[in-house]
Amino acid sequence: MQPTRSLEELQAIAKQIRRHIVEMTGAAKSGHPGGSLSAVEILVTLFFGGVLRHDPKRPDWPERDRFILSKGHGAPALYAVLAECGYEAAPRELLKTLRKLGSPYQGHPDKRFLPVLEASTGSLGQGLSIAMGMGFAARLNGNPSRTYVLLGDGEIQEGQIWEAAMFGAYHKIDNVTAIVDYNKMQLDGFIKDVMEVEPLVAKWQAFGWHVLEVDGHSFPALFAAFTLAREVRGKPTVIIAHTVKGKGVSFMENNPKFHGVAPTPEEVELALKELA
Amino acid sequence: MALKTRYELKLGMATREAFGRALVELGRENPDIMAVDADLSKSTFTHLFAKEFPERFVSCGIAEANMVGVAAGLASHGKIPFAASFSCFLLNKAFEQLRVAVAYPGLNVKIVGTHSGISIGEDGPSQMSVEEISLACSLPGFVVLAPADEVATRALVRAAAEHVGPVFIRTGRPRVPIVYSPDQRFEIGKAIQLLDGDDVTLIANGLMVAECIRAAEILDAEGISARVLDLHTVKPLDREAIRRAAVETGAIVVAEEHLVDCGTGVRVAQAVAELHPCVMEFVGIQNTYAESGPPEALLEKYGLTAPHIAAAARRALARKRGR
Repeated sequence: MQPTRSLEELQAIAKQIRRHIVEMTGAAKSGHPGGSLSAVEILVTLFFGGVLRHDPKRPDWPERDRFILSKGHGAPALYAVLAECGYEAAPRELLKTLRKLGSPYQGHPDKRFLPVLEASTGSLGQGLSIAMGMGFAARLNGNPSRTYVLLGDGEIQEGQIWEAAMFGAYHKIDNVTAIVDYNKMQLDGFIKDVMEVEPLVAKWQAFGWHVLEVDGHSFPALFAAFTLAREVRGKPTVIIAHTVKGKGVSFMENNPKFHGVAPTPEEVELALKELA
Repeated sequence: MALKTRYELKLGMATREAFGRALVELGRENPDIMAVDADLSKSTFTHLFAKEFPERFVSCGIAEANMVGVAAGLASHGKIPFAASFSCFLLNKAFEQLRVAVAYPGLNVKIVGTHSGISIGEDGPSQMSVEEISLACSLPGFVVLAPADEVATRALVRAAAEHVGPVFIRTGRPRVPIVYSPDQRFEIGKAIQLLDGDDVTLIANGLMVAECIRAAEILDAEGISARVLDLHTVKPLDREAIRRAAVETGAIVVAEEHLVDCGTGVRVAQAVAELHPCVMEFVGIQNTYAESGPPEALLEKYGLTAPHIAAAARRALARKRGR
């Protein structure tokens, strides 16, 4: 696996994605900017960095890699990425219709409105199970397709995640890579004050997973982790990606308020200046 | 009018066993058929499939929510997964997964609930499903099937595999009487008239079909002519068969091994109200959970046997004639 773009190119794309997220949620007057902004480098590494084998011109390619946004409230980030990739079903000019009636960009990912999505999500805890089924089927079919699934850190408080984790280790689903967007915050506040998830690395290791821990905003670190994950045989890999909620916009960073509150028009303007 | 058909009602196999055997047959024909199970394969009879196709059997352990998500993932890659467990665990524990991971994107997943109703007997209410029809019917796009015997189960499991989209199949634990001849044809959404009659129509599915046939025989001896309809597909409803029953007999009794206020009966009543209002009576479980005991004794105690259905038919008939 080789990086397909330079660091500078990836950084420029990430900045563009962040501008979209701010504009989209601002126009919608609702949504989840904080957890969208924290996931930008993860998504850009996957879709633009040469990790995910996909072809926007052939969305039905059977051997494509699959991506599931299990933390479905991060949808603005995924929509912006799909649009920038050039998927026909995800027009850039409609990004600002986020959450509007009839928009392909529903409040949470909905395959019925945006068929290039690999799963409909939004109810937390379900994406890892779906990824496990995809990984199992791909192996059975002799299909080289790999599945990537992005989990929220608050999301892994759901019991189903650990059912799926057991399943992955037992069935040796090594064609699935999970990423935890570890921004340390959830809707009600800091994870540690709502329901601590630590020790995170030890938990996944105890469930039989190969665990990597990286700076979730470093393209080289993420790329290296995805490369390692591909090479591991006999167990799935989870990448604990340390991130900053609201990353890239000073007044949104580490501010739990922006988990589920959209920026005001003035805040949008301020944010776009920072992201110029 | 005398009964047109005399039913022997010879005891056949349990519908859960008929499902397990049908799945093996399908597995031989189609390499995409898979079985997904949560540590109940010996009870759901998917162990038969596991034995013949171990690589296509997915053991999930006691984790129904994950099992349904895994089935959704398998279906996304073109597989036709049959996820099986007791109805109560599958539909109650994994309902949200059925909703968001299967029904919402409309995936081609087949859900098979075994041990439905109170006829599971001694294990008691924590293992008894009395709400599976209600839950399954509340999932948009789902087809909901409730076969009466081994013949119906075999045919409807096959029909479910051929249907593209989510399907729930309700099966039971005890051996049940064989209602159908082996060559009976089944079509999703088409009720089957087992007996003709013009005084009252008895509508049922699952093991209640045999009870309705017995009830029709009781009524026949009293000079009451009862039509019996097997509503093996609860969703989509055979509205034409229901309309004809309302128009031609003017009195309908729905009998179900399910909570009476949220199952097949209320769905039929909705159709009757829309198409041709007529007198209706309902036989089912009354706002309670049952208890441990032999299946036959439970069906009797909770009012689900032929004499109870016959009594409901007499009430319906009296109301019809009183009008």
